[in-house]
Amino acid sequence: MKNIIRGNAYVVGDSVDTDVIIPARFLTSDNADELAAHCMEDLDKDFSKKVKKGDIIVAGDNFGCGSSREHAPIAIKASGISAVIAKSFARIFLRNCINIGLMVFVCDMKKDARAGDEITIDMRKGEIINARAKKIYKVKPVPEFIKKIVSFGGLLNYAVQRGR
Amino acid sequence: MNYVENILSHASGRKSVSAGEYIEARCDTVLMNDVTGPLAVKEFLKRGKKIKNPGSVVIVCDHFTPNKDIKSAENVKFLRDFARKQKIRFFEIGNGGVEHVILPEKGIVKPGDVVIGADSHTCTYGALGAFSTGVGSTDVAFAMLMGKIWFMVPEVMEFVYSGKKGKFITGKDLILLTIGKIGVNGANYKAMKFAGTVISALSMDERFTMCNMAIEAGGKAGFVVPDKKTADYVKGRPGRKARNFADGPSAQTFKMDISAVKPLVASPHLPDKVGPAARLNKVKIDQAVIGSCTNGRISDFAQAAKIMKGRKISAGLRCIILPGSQEVYAEAMKKGYIETFLKAGCVIAPPTCGPCLGGHMGILAGGETAISTTNRNFVGRMGAVSSRVYLASPYTAAASAVRGRIISPEQL
Repeated sequence: MKNIIRGNAYVVGDSVDTDVIIPARFLTSDNADELAAHCMEDLDKDFSKKVKKGDIIVAGDNFGCGSSREHAPIAIKASGISAVIAKSFARIFLRNCINIGLMVFVCDMKKDARAGDEITIDMRKGEIINARAKKIYKVKPVPEFIKKIVSFGGLLNYAVQRGR
Repeated sequence: MNYVENILSHASGRKSVSAGEYIEARCDTVLMNDVTGPLAVKEFLKRGKKIKNPGSVVIVCDHFTPNKDIKSAENVKFLRDFARKQKIRFFEIGNGGVEHVILPEKGIVKPGDVVIGADSHTCTYGALGAFSTGVGSTDVAFAMLMGKIWFMVPEVMEFVYSGKKGKFITGKDLILLTIGKIGVNGANYKAMKFAGTVISALSMDERFTMCNMAIEAGGKAGFVVPDKKTADYVKGRPGRKARNFADGPSAQTFKMDISAVKPLVASPHLPDKVGPAARLNKVKIDQAVIGSCTNGRISDFAQAAKIMKGRKISAGLRCIILPGSQEVYAEAMKKGYIETFLKAGCVIAPPTCGPCLGGHMGILAGGETAISTTNRNFVGRMGAVSSRVYLASPYTAAASAVRGRIISPEQL
């Protein structure tokens, strides 16, 4: 696993729900690219055009609240986002990210962040750096059990490799 | 140990567990629907052939059914074939309804059970005293492979309601009150316990409503410790026996005297934007929706019918009634509620999630406003991005449908 993730910030507010991440009218498909084409469109209709590969979502509280649809983290991941940093995550969304291997970090850094800021996540040090804002933040440590799932490359690989 | 810890220690085969611990627990019921099921089944089939515990798995096709388009029909066909091959329980139009209405009805969930569902409103079954929580499709695939699932044991946040419930105050008003107080992530990762004299006196239907919306405060689960009402509800339904567990202290307790509470509404675009219905009289509405996994049970329609009896809905307004199940539909017919709704000018839809999540059967156009007994009022939830949804009880939604503006049922 890479120890450094670097990308430009796409900043959103509090309680970004899974209905705006991927509206129900697109849920008849579970194709990642089709979902990515409509990701966040009810919040920002140009999201899929604006986002560049490797960009990082920087959010406030309660990111991913609402519906359990795994289509939401799938859409985010397939649109090229490399990681989501939020002050807090809704629990089903967080679970889904861990299970499908979308990198998520709990860190309160949204208040200083502006669109396009270069964000560096140093996983070994447990730090996130916003160079423009001249700020270094500590990431909330990941529980050992979750690290194990992530190290296997997601929940189902963990299940298979552990043996049924 | 408290009630949740006792259930989870039993299900994980440990002597004891405590809040914050990571465990793997057996699942009595593993639920999926026509939105989350196809993904779960595809992931399962990449890695397995036979479900570890087929008796635990249930598929309910309720979101886009009766199928709204070719893609949704293909998804349901895929799940139907899978269910037949794996010999698992499968419910669709004609034998089912909205998942969280039919599972308790059919005796599939019992007190003391551990339930996971790839649907965020799986927390509904806490009303029966089950530990029940929403997960994703991958979690359901894992549970089909392994017969168990990982959890972090949640802390319990207890809400004790006392006082005398005012006229037209329902479980919906109490849960809106609670979400309004603690916010949309006020119970994130926690299990919300509903207790006190008001809950003891509350009907099972209204307990389902309250537990259903625990997720709207971020809750991992909502629950009521089983009592005589729970036992009466379970009696006579098929399926296994209830398991009894003791309760213990909660990490946090909030006390609320609800005597002065008036009918409440959550305004766009979050379920915690809660205030009295009577203060929203200027809000003109285009559509009323009565039904869903939150308020699609028989007493919900009894409340709506009580308001609509002998009245007409406002000219130019659409009112959609969605019975939560075949059983609820039949009962509503027998009791005369359906006739009341028809005479009032409502349309009766089949048991489906329909417009709640902007699926079909009542999508809002740009700029339109709805009052709804459903659970979410997020941006674009019921249709166009510029549409607006206000959440309320069946009494309040029905009264507002009659007036054409949001009113408290007391104002009718």
